[in-house]
Amino acid sequence: MEKINIESTPKTPSINFDFEKGFLEIKGRSIPENSIEFYKPIVESLEKYGAKPIAVTTVNIQLEYFNTSSSKCILDVFKKLESIHKSGNQLVINWYYEQDDEDMLEAGEDYQAIINVPFKMIQIEE
Amino acid sequence: MMLDIYDFYDKMERNHILLSFKGDITSELLTSILQIMESKLENLQEEPKVKKKVYNVLVECLQNLYHHMDEVDASTDRTRSAIFMIGKLESKYTIITGNYIRTENVSSLDGRLKEINALSPDQLKEYYKKVLANGEMSAKGGGGLGMIDIARKTGEKLNYTFMPIDDKFSFFSLNIKIS
Repeated sequence: MEKINIESTPKTPSINFDFEKGFLEIKGRSIPENSIEFYKPIVESLEKYGAKPIAVTTVNIQLEYFNTSSSKCILDVFKKLESIHKSGNQLVINWYYEQDDEDMLEAGEDYQAIINVPFKMIQIEE
Repeated sequence: MMLDIYDFYDKMERNHILLSFKGDITSELLTSILQIMESKLENLQEEPKVKKKVYNVLVECLQNLYHHMDEVDASTDRTRSAIFMIGKLESKYTIITGNYIRTENVSSLDGRLKEINALSPDQLKEYYKKVLANGEMSAKGGGGLGMIDIARKTGEKLNYTFMPIDDKFSFFSLNIKIS
């Protein structure tokens, strides 16, 4: 499988997916009008990765802003991760939020309540 | 018709409008508006917390307008047009949006907004999670979460009106305060 490396734009985050290392990172802002189109390739590669994941998968989510349209797609990404975790693989989602950004922390906690995967809330010092 | 531009200017000045727009809402327009507002918030030296909240709510308000443009469809040019204004009075930001809506859809939107307004902050949080986890997403990616998110982030009731225009259309206006 090819690595995925997508550069960030003013409305979409950077995506790094290194299959061999079991590392996925989504970083920046996610506020596209059409988020399904943007997230489709990531959800699809997670599907493929899920068939043969490596022993430990690490996921870093470091978002500055995200819109409600992205929030559904991020949930789809997490659902794929959930099924990887469910089939007995070690997996952790690191949810980064800036100090004082209570809304972003709360957003992470919302996902934590919905998705059955270990979450780690990590505060970034400004 | 002579347009009294000073009258517009004066009204906007008195209402502390930072930015206003009337016309077609396109993806490119939203990109530009968001960039302009981001640098304005930077220049006003807002706390990161306020800046984020205003920016987030603005994204939802403007993308609501954007997604709505297609629903009304291009039956006439007039109905594709929308208006929005962003103002700041003392430490409070205001976002006002206005767009046409088919009159047949007024009661369902009104019902949805009344439902949101009836909820406490804790209930809103639960409702958001429920819609996020179970809600169907429209082809464009609108998931019915926008209004819930706006109510949740502002901590205020959604303030809105519907004005009947003709036999087909009404005008929906939404007035959001962020403090």
